[in-house]
This record gives sequence, structure tokens and C-alpha cells, in this order.
Amino acid sequence: MGSSHLRPPTAMAIRARLGFVILLLLFFSATLSAALYEDQVGLADWHHKYIGKVKHAVFHTQKTGRKRVVVSTEENVVASLDLRTGFIFWRNVLGKNDDIDQVDIALGKYVVTLSSGGSILRAWNLPDGQMIWESTLPVSTPSKSSLYVPANINVGKDNLILVFGGSSIHALSSMDGQIVWRKELSIDSLEIQQIFQPHDSDVINAVGFVGSSEFVVYHISYRTGEVMQQSKASFESGFCGEASLVFDNLVVALDASKSSLVSISFKNEVINFHQINLSDLVPDFSGKVTLLPLKFNGMLAIEIASSIHLLRVKGANELEFVEKISHPFAVSDALPLSKEQQAFAILQHEESKIHFKVKSDNDLRNEILKETIQMDSHRGNIEKVFINNYIRTDRTHGFRFLVVMEDHSLLLIQQGEIVWTREDGLASIVDSTTSELPVEKEGVSVAEVEHNLFEWLKGHLLKLKGTLMLASPDEVAAIQAIRLKSSEKNKMTRDHNGFRKLIIVLTRAGKVLALHTGDGRVVWSVLLPALRRSETCGNPFALRVYQWQVPHHHAMHENPSVLVVGRCGHGFDAPGIFSIVDSYTGKVQNSLMLEHSVSHIMPLPLTDSTEQRLHLIIDAKLQAHLYPKNSDSLKHFFNEMPNIYWYLVEVEKNKIRGYSLENKAELDTAEEYVFQAKELWSIVFPSESEKIAVTATRKMNEIVHTQAKVVADQDVMYKYISKNILFVATVAPKAAGEIGSATPEEALLYAYLIDTVSGRILHRVCHQGAQGPVHAVVSENWVVYHYFNLRAHRYEMSVIEIYDQSRADNKDVWKLVLGKHNLTVPVSSYSRPDVMVKSQSYFFTHSVKSMAVTATAKGITSKQLLIGTIGDQVLALDKRFLDPRRSVNPTQSEKEEGIIPLTDSLPIVPQSYITHSLQVEGLRSMVTIPAKLESTTLVFSYGVDLFFTRIAPSRTYDSLTEDFSYALLLITIVVLVAAIFVTWALSEKKELKEKWR
Amino acid sequence: MGEGWCRGRSLALFALVILLPIWIARGFRSDELLQDDEEFGLEGGRPAADPELPTNPFRPPIRRKPDLDLPSGSADSKSVQFSLEHNLGASEFSPAGTFTARLKSWSHGGQTLTKLRFSRNALTEEEKGAFERLLKEDGHYTIRVPSNVLNPSGEDYVVSSVRARCIPRESLDEHFVIHTDGVNIIAVNYGSAGACQYPRLLRYPAKWSFTSYTVLKNSEQAPRTPTFAEELLAGEDGLGEGVKPPEKSFWAKYWMPSLPAGSNYFYYYCCEKKIDRWLHHMPECCPKEALALFLLC
Repeated sequence: MGSSHLRPPTAMAIRARLGFVILLLLFFSATLSAALYEDQVGLADWHHKYIGKVKHAVFHTQKTGRKRVVVSTEENVVASLDLRTGFIFWRNVLGKNDDIDQVDIALGKYVVTLSSGGSILRAWNLPDGQMIWESTLPVSTPSKSSLYVPANINVGKDNLILVFGGSSIHALSSMDGQIVWRKELSIDSLEIQQIFQPHDSDVINAVGFVGSSEFVVYHISYRTGEVMQQSKASFESGFCGEASLVFDNLVVALDASKSSLVSISFKNEVINFHQINLSDLVPDFSGKVTLLPLKFNGMLAIEIASSIHLLRVKGANELEFVEKISHPFAVSDALPLSKEQQAFAILQHEESKIHFKVKSDNDLRNEILKETIQMDSHRGNIEKVFINNYIRTDRTHGFRFLVVMEDHSLLLIQQGEIVWTREDGLASIVDSTTSELPVEKEGVSVAEVEHNLFEWLKGHLLKLKGTLMLASPDEVAAIQAIRLKSSEKNKMTRDHNGFRKLIIVLTRAGKVLALHTGDGRVVWSVLLPALRRSETCGNPFALRVYQWQVPHHHAMHENPSVLVVGRCGHGFDAPGIFSIVDSYTGKVQNSLMLEHSVSHIMPLPLTDSTEQRLHLIIDAKLQAHLYPKNSDSLKHFFNEMPNIYWYLVEVEKNKIRGYSLENKAELDTAEEYVFQAKELWSIVFPSESEKIAVTATRKMNEIVHTQAKVVADQDVMYKYISKNILFVATVAPKAAGEIGSATPEEALLYAYLIDTVSGRILHRVCHQGAQGPVHAVVSENWVVYHYFNLRAHRYEMSVIEIYDQSRADNKDVWKLVLGKHNLTVPVSSYSRPDVMVKSQSYFFTHSVKSMAVTATAKGITSKQLLIGTIGDQVLALDKRFLDPRRSVNPTQSEKEEGIIPLTDSLPIVPQSYITHSLQVEGLRSMVTIPAKLESTTLVFSYGVDLFFTRIAPSRTYDSLTEDFSYALLLITIVVLVAAIFVTWALSEKKELKEKWR
Repeated sequence: MGEGWCRGRSLALFALVILLPIWIARGFRSDELLQDDEEFGLEGGRPAADPELPTNPFRPPIRRKPDLDLPSGSADSKSVQFSLEHNLGASEFSPAGTFTARLKSWSHGGQTLTKLRFSRNALTEEEKGAFERLLKEDGHYTIRVPSNVLNPSGEDYVVSSVRARCIPRESLDEHFVIHTDGVNIIAVNYGSAGACQYPRLLRYPAKWSFTSYTVLKNSEQAPRTPTFAEELLAGEDGLGEGVKPPEKSFWAKYWMPSLPAGSNYFYYYCCEKKIDRWLHHMPECCPKEALALFLLC
């Protein structure tokens, strides 16, 4: 009866196959992937580009086509911005020490930058930012230097670019950067103040001072550099070095006493001095005087006691007071409107308003333009303004202003409106921390989030199409757009996986901003009043930001807050500044000027009853101050005081000292929160052979899942886990310089593992022929450090793992069963450590800018090292590659354990760049934040740019990927269930038919 | 398997306990040689493992250097002396003992310290009282030695402290590990000879004299980076292991997706056949089973 003939597939079989195929497809779509697919870029990561605080700006608007402004910044970026939107056309980040002195446009097509103290001149192509040429100038000592690009419009002629600094002038061809001539004005202590070219002449004039009392004028041939005429005269009461060119033959300078102006007229080798007392000019003259470098015909601006005085120069001995503008203000450079007319802008702050005034040199009493705009208070005062003009539709002059604010943000203002703003303070992040978002309130329904059901269904249908590869290119784009703006990741509430957080950053300008991890938008920002320049604090300096209050038990209704610590001045003994900011709203809750200095800040693992974290501030006199100052925190602190130890690394003295705290003998109530340091230990590195290069510690909040490590053949090793491990690397002083400055014999690198409670050196190892720069990262029981091996001519990475031998006996199950183990015995740093150290070194191709390690919520997931490469990318390297137990031929059990066969160098897998194709320009630091989902770490890296992503070092083993199509799963189930019923009905029918046969 | 394994373990442990004193005794004799050995090791490239690391924290394997052991030949021109000073809670440090070491000059110009001896001064009554007070307070007992042995007048001292309650046992047992670099002392690890229990209990020693153990340590050499010939690597596995990320086995990678897929496969092959048979007048296959399988999927 067995049917051997082939039958066409039955309906049921087809359906079953279809189900199988659908399911297979489903699973392939959900396959866990390690690398990123092209269409996944931007789903979980974001990249923001910044440029930093603008120093110089040159507009390029004459030609038709794209209107742009070329800027150079304090982060050494030269960039071209779209004048209409503020977007970056292109940008180039110069090296860390390559400060840009000046920027200009030559020939109408090259951007010329002078950098490194006047020693490097580069030309960049204006449309795309490609470098055209670079020229290194032989400058003996880097000094104040400037650039002079002749503005005559004879394009096509090979115009010369003049660079002058100190006592020399270089002329370079603007076509190829060749030095055409070089003139060394061989007079000692000559400082050229101004260089200028009278209209339509081949002679350039250079004026300057020799010493403090002599004034010099040179007439130099523009083509050859030949000195055609030279005149000199001395002025008996001397100059202070500041001068301003008013006319082509008149310079006004400040005299040595800074109480009078000297007008210097020069014509045909005759130099005349004319002294004018400032008190005669300015009504109530007193205070410090500075001359503003305003390049303006017939005008002079002097700053006296933080207000600006405009003076008009009518002749060599005739000056006239025009106007006084009080602080805060900004004055732009002069802008030529026509051949005869010049204009300049004065901006004045008045509470939340900014008044814009544009004046021309024809009529100083009246303004060409007068506008007022409202400005947010969180941008601070105006710092700089650049002005540009355009022709309005009615043929009059219109002006646009590029404004740099106190918080380093950049604004373009036109017609009394802010056209665009750039939050460029974010290019100079000093420190960062994170804050959880508020818990989602009840009553927020899905409908509100998902707009409506139809949209939701449509979205899922599109996704389904995409998954089944049926979508057209337009639909693919639509899917991508839906994914990118999926409201889920940008919500302002806490999520189940802990992906949504606020990153709170502190910038160099003293501004605190909260960034949403979903898309990096600024949720709130505040320019801290305490960190703004004021009468009491002339030079504030932002230091760190810490979590101050993280309510989770007792104070649930309160918002979390962060503590911002600053210093009033750059010295270690400058008084400290404290500011507490609400993490959800950005409101400054408390702000105070400390009476003591801040040299070291220690967040303690203690909180008071309102969950404010206790902080110890160590001042320059080594006194510890406890914050918050309340009796409750003092009570908590006293309980733990005998167990508080701290250390200071004194890099200049080559010492590390450990301290404990003691009560002050005299218990003054005011001094209740002040404690004395007691030196417990010190480590002195011999200054002739070692110099501290780097120190690294474990992160305070790192969680280690297990102390035991099961190695091959089911043996157990116990990790030496101590929060008090300090890694120190010292290098030979001879080899402390750049790579290649020392021979391999001279170079030595010592690595130390130090217990910071007892000051014990747990391990000390010497690498011969190795030198810095050293970068290190410490986690759990291991440290990885990166250095240069001079013998092998390569970079190297070493790992040291440290194991606790005193617990090694606890392998016996019976001991554990009978409780005869010492695993629950408290560990004391005073016990003699019994440690075993394993180490290994590997070659590594890249040089490194910074290193970090991933951190997860429970510490179960394996670790990855994050390496900031020289190309400003972030590379994730599995810690397993840096296992000291790797051997050439691992045994079977070792292979099972996951030990990789030994290689001499560490692999760099292109897919493991977490920044994929992007560059985090000027990368300085990487911060890892554990998500609630154990497999996932959030990575925030910053430099000039910001980059955020989330990574799963062991892949997302505990969740489905975000683009997992639930709708498809649902539909499949429905289809299958329907199919079952249909076939069941069919079979019933058929059975019935069979029975009736 | 667990018990057998355990028994093996205990046996090994037993052997270890038996053999350990013997090993330690050997270590006892060879310790001084080790010092020298280590120095030669700088040239000979000894393995990285630290031979001085004690295997049992309760038995100091380092050679005891009792006070009487001080060599009479301290007049040796090459020997150097430096003093140990201690602080018993007062503001000033006072002399507490003397270290004597031999200065070894190398042909390449370097100098190193070897053969360290230590003699402790006996505690005066006053010091004893101060120490008792420290014990009561659970205070820190602090010691220091000059960081430069040849020029001890310098201001730089290497300081180390321990909770006073960690020291008393039968006598006052102390343990010094002196880390040196040439003639410079970088750090002194000072502490009890064994473990220091926490919480620290107040306990007075039977004998108010110090029993000192001293160890001199130089830095170890880092193991050299393994170097393989490039062609060897290339020949063996081409671009293989050196470049690839750690790959898991197929099953390790795909066990999760394959679970439902596998059941689907199972369903496909058996159930479909069943259904086929059932459609061919074989009513033994029950649709409920199929339903269950579907739901399983």
C-alpha cells in the first residue's frame, strides 16, 4: 500500500513550508550582529560637530554663490561656515600646539592661516578646505606675529603675503607659498607694531618700537624687500608698547606712564611727537588704560576702567572725545564700505537686551544702523563681534553681525533677529557626569506617544516590507527616517533598558549643559553665575562636575542635582567655587565662594539623610573640608572617618603621599567641618632615574561581578580586587621627551601597582627601552598600559593581572561546605598581601590619545578596551586579546575557556571601530556609562566633536535588537494559527468525504 | 566526579602542606643567594615569576635577621648604614634602629644595595607607654627611612605606617619590604608579619621587643614581547587568527535562533510527513499535536 509515486505538494505542505520560510526570515532579520550595518548608523549613535570659540572671522560674500564665513578658533580649528544656516562647509583641526594666530583670505580663493607663533603658514582651498600649500618660516623665537594679506583686487597677479613677527618680515607668494624675500631688520629688541601699504603703491610701511623709547619707520619695497627708507626718533618719556595706526602717516601710542597719549606723525623721514594728557581729553579719567586695536581711519578707542572711550583724531595734535560706552560691550574692526567710507559696530549689553550700533567714519555722532535684540541670559555677555555688510533690496547698506558670546556660542544676527546659533562651547568640555531621567508618570498612554493607530500600523507595514526586501528605495528612506526620529529614544523619561539618560557636561566657559542621550540635543543649559568673570573673581576656571544628590530612596520627590567645582584663578591656592545645579531643570540651587582653595576633590561613598553625597575638598594647606555642611553629614562622616584614606600625587616633586584624617585639636564650631591631614606613607621616586608619567585608578563606581576566575581544568583563581589600587608609570627623565629623543639604553619605564591605603608597592616592573607617552586604564584586577618600545620601534601594550593568593586555598568544596574558608573574612589593606602577578606585552600599531574600559551594570559582560586612536576614532578591543595567559598553543581546555593563541601584536579589526566612519575631532576623553541592560554600555566620547553610541561587548545576549519587527512576529503567528484552523477544517471535510465514500 | 576531584584536591593540598615547609626551608637557605641571583637576573633574563612571593601568609619565608646577626665587619668600607626612625603618635620622629647594607658597585657604574641587616633599638619605657597608648587608640605607628641612603641628610624620607594593633603577636612582629632602585629607597612596605584581622582587637604582646623581618627588593624585568616571524604567521594561517576577531563555534553562536528554527525543522520533517500520511488516510496523526508544535514554534 506504500505509495512510491511522487505527488504534487499538498496545500498543507505548501503552507507549512511558507510558515517555515517566514520564520527563517524572521530569525535572520533578528540575527545578532557585532558590527554595524550601513543603515544602522545613527540609530543608537549621534555625532555632533563643533569648532570651538571663534577667535577670528573673515567673511566671504562678495562673489555670487555660497555666502560663507571663515573662522579660526581657540580649539585650533579653521572652518568655513554657511552664513545662512551656520552649518560647517568644511573644517580642519590643526594640532594641539598649533595655535592659529591669524586667518585671512588671499586671492579670493585661498584661506591663509598663520599658526604656531608665526612659524607655519598654510593655504586652504576656499570651496572645499583642501590644503594647497604649507610653508614653514624660520622664526628664531615664537613671538607675537601677524599676517598681512594685501587687499588690492588685482587678482591674477602673484600677490605677496607678508608675515611679520619680532624683527623679521617674510614675503611669500600666495600661489605656492614660496618665500620670495625675507628681511631681517637687524636691530635688537625691535617690535613691529603695524605694517600697512598706502593705496596703490609698491612700498609697504612698517612701524614699531625699539626698546621702550625709540620709534622706527621703515619703507620697504613690496617686491624685493629692500629697505628704501628708514627713520628713527626717540621720545624721552618712553612708550608702553601699545600703538594704533590712525592715518597712513600718524600713529597714536600710549606713553610709559599710561597717562597720556602720544601722537606720532611721520612724513619724509621726519618724525614728530605730540603728547596729549588723557585727563584733558576724558572727563573723569582714572584707572587702567589700554588701547584697543581698532583699525579705523581717524579713530581711536581706549579702554579706561572697563568702559570704552571713542576719540576722533583730527590732526597730529588734535583729538576729540566722541563717546563713552560702558561695560559690557564689544567693538568690531573697521569695515570698508567704499573707498572713502568705513564703518564699525558697537554692541552694548543692557540686561537681557543687546544694542547694535553701526557708525561710519563720516559721521561719528550718528548711527547708520541701530538695532536691539533680546538675548537669553544663559549666553552671558558679548565677547567679540565681527561685522559684514551687504546691499539691501533698497540699495542701502545692510549689516550682519557674527557674535561670540561668553559661553563660546556663535550667533549670526541680521535685521534684528538671530538667524542661527551654534553651541560651540561644547567643543571644550572639561568634565561630564550623567543623570537619570525622571520616571514615567502614570496615565501617559501609548496613543499619545504613537500619534495614532493608523500611523503605527503604517510604520510597521513599512518595516515589514523592508524586512521582506519588498520596499522601494523611497520606502527604505522612509523607514530610515522613521527609525531616526523614533520618538521612543528621545523621550524625556526613564526607559526600561536605561539607554535614555542626561549627560551633564561642564565646559571651559563655565557653562553646564544637559544633553539627551537619544539624539544629543541640549535639554537645558546654564552659564553658572559663579563661574563668570566678576569683580571678586577675575579669572574663574571650571574644574569638575560631580553627582551631588541622586535621590532614589528617601528623597524620591526631589530632583537630582550636580555639583560644579571651580577655582578662582589658575593657581592651586586660588579660592574655590561651588555651585549646585538641578539636573532636570538647570536651575542653580546654591552657589558659594569658598574661603579655602581646592586642590583635590573626593566624592565619598557616603550620603546624608537627604541623599546628598558627602564630598571632601582638600585645600592647598592639606586641610580637608567636608561638604555638605550639616550635622547629619558630620555624623555619617565620623562613623567612617578612621577608614578614610587619601593620597596625593606630586608630579613635580616625584612623590606620592598617603594621608589619613584627624580631628582638629581645637573644636571650634566654625572649624567643625575641617580636618587635618596626617601623613601615613610616602613613596619617593629618585629624580635622577624616574619621573612620574601617568597615574590611573579604578573607577569608583565600577562593579565586579565575581572575584573568582575559573581557568582551564576547572581551577579557580581569585582576583585581587581592591578599590585602592593605583597604577603609576614612571619614565627615565632623559626619555621623558618625544619619541626618539633618547636611545633605547637610556629609556626605562617602570610600572607600579600601589595600594593607596598602606602605601605598599604590590608590584613593580621595569620595561627596558620603553618610553612614553604612557596611557593606562585600570579595571577589576588588571591594568593595561600603552607606551613606545624603542628597541622594537613600535608601540606596545602591556597587561598586568593581579591575583590574590591568600584565598587560593579555597578550592576545596568541603572547605566551602563546612565553612572553613576565608572568603567572608574582611580584607584589610594592612595584612601582608599575598599576590601573584601575570603579565604580558603585545605590539600595537596605533599611537593612542586616550584609553577607557567598558562598564556594565552588573559587571558580568566581558570587557572591551576603548582606544582613542591618533585618527580621532574609537576602537573597541576585546580584553581577551590582552590576556596574559595567552600561549602559542593553548590546550583544549584553554581553548574552551576562550583563550586566544598568542600572537605578537594586537589585531585591529576595521569593524570594531565604534565610531565607524566618523571622526571625533580633537578626541580628548571617553566616558563609559553602564545601561540598565547588562549587555550594554553607553559610550560618550568628546573632544572638539561629540560622539555617543552604545556598545555591547558580548553582543546583545539579553535583548532583541531595536529594529526587531514585532509586527512581523505577530502577523506570522496569526497566519499560522489561521492556517491551522483552515487545514483542520479541510481535513475534517476530507475525512467526512472519505467516510462517505 | 565532584568528590573524586575533591579528594584529588585535598591530596594535593596535603602534599602541599607537607612539602611547603621543606620548600620554605630550601627558600630559607637560598634567600640570600636570591638577592644576588636577582641582580644577576637583570642580565640573565630570569623568568618573571617572583620567587620571593611567600606562598603562605602565616609563615614568613623570608630569612629572619635577628639583632645579633649584625656583622661585626660593619667597618667594611663598602657598607652603608642608615637609620630607621619611628613616630609613636608624637609630632617628632625618633631613632628606632639601624639598617646596614653592603654597597655593591658594578662595572657599568651603577651601585646597588645588598645584604641588608637590621638592628632594632630596644623600646624605652616611655616608648612602651606611647605604644600602649597607640594600641588603645587604634592609632598609626609610623616609620621612616631616608630615601637616599648615601646622603641621608636630605629632607626626603620614605614614610610608611601601619595600625599599631596589627603588630603585636607573641612579640612585636614587623615586616619590612624595602623597594630600592640603586642606592635610592623608593618605598618601604611596612606592616605585620602576617595577616591583620579586621576588626582589629586590642591585644598586648607577651614580649615588648621587636622581631623584624626584612626583604630588599629590586624591580623585576618585564617579560619580553613575544615576536614571531611574520612569514611564519602568514604561512600558518594566512590572514587568519592574527586578524580575525575571536570566533565562536557555530552552535555557540546560533543556539538561540536555531532553537525555534530547529523545532520548526522538526515540525517540517516529521509533522509534515505525518500530515501527508494523514492526508493519505492515516488518521493517527492528531491535529492537536500539530497545533502544539505550532505554538511551540
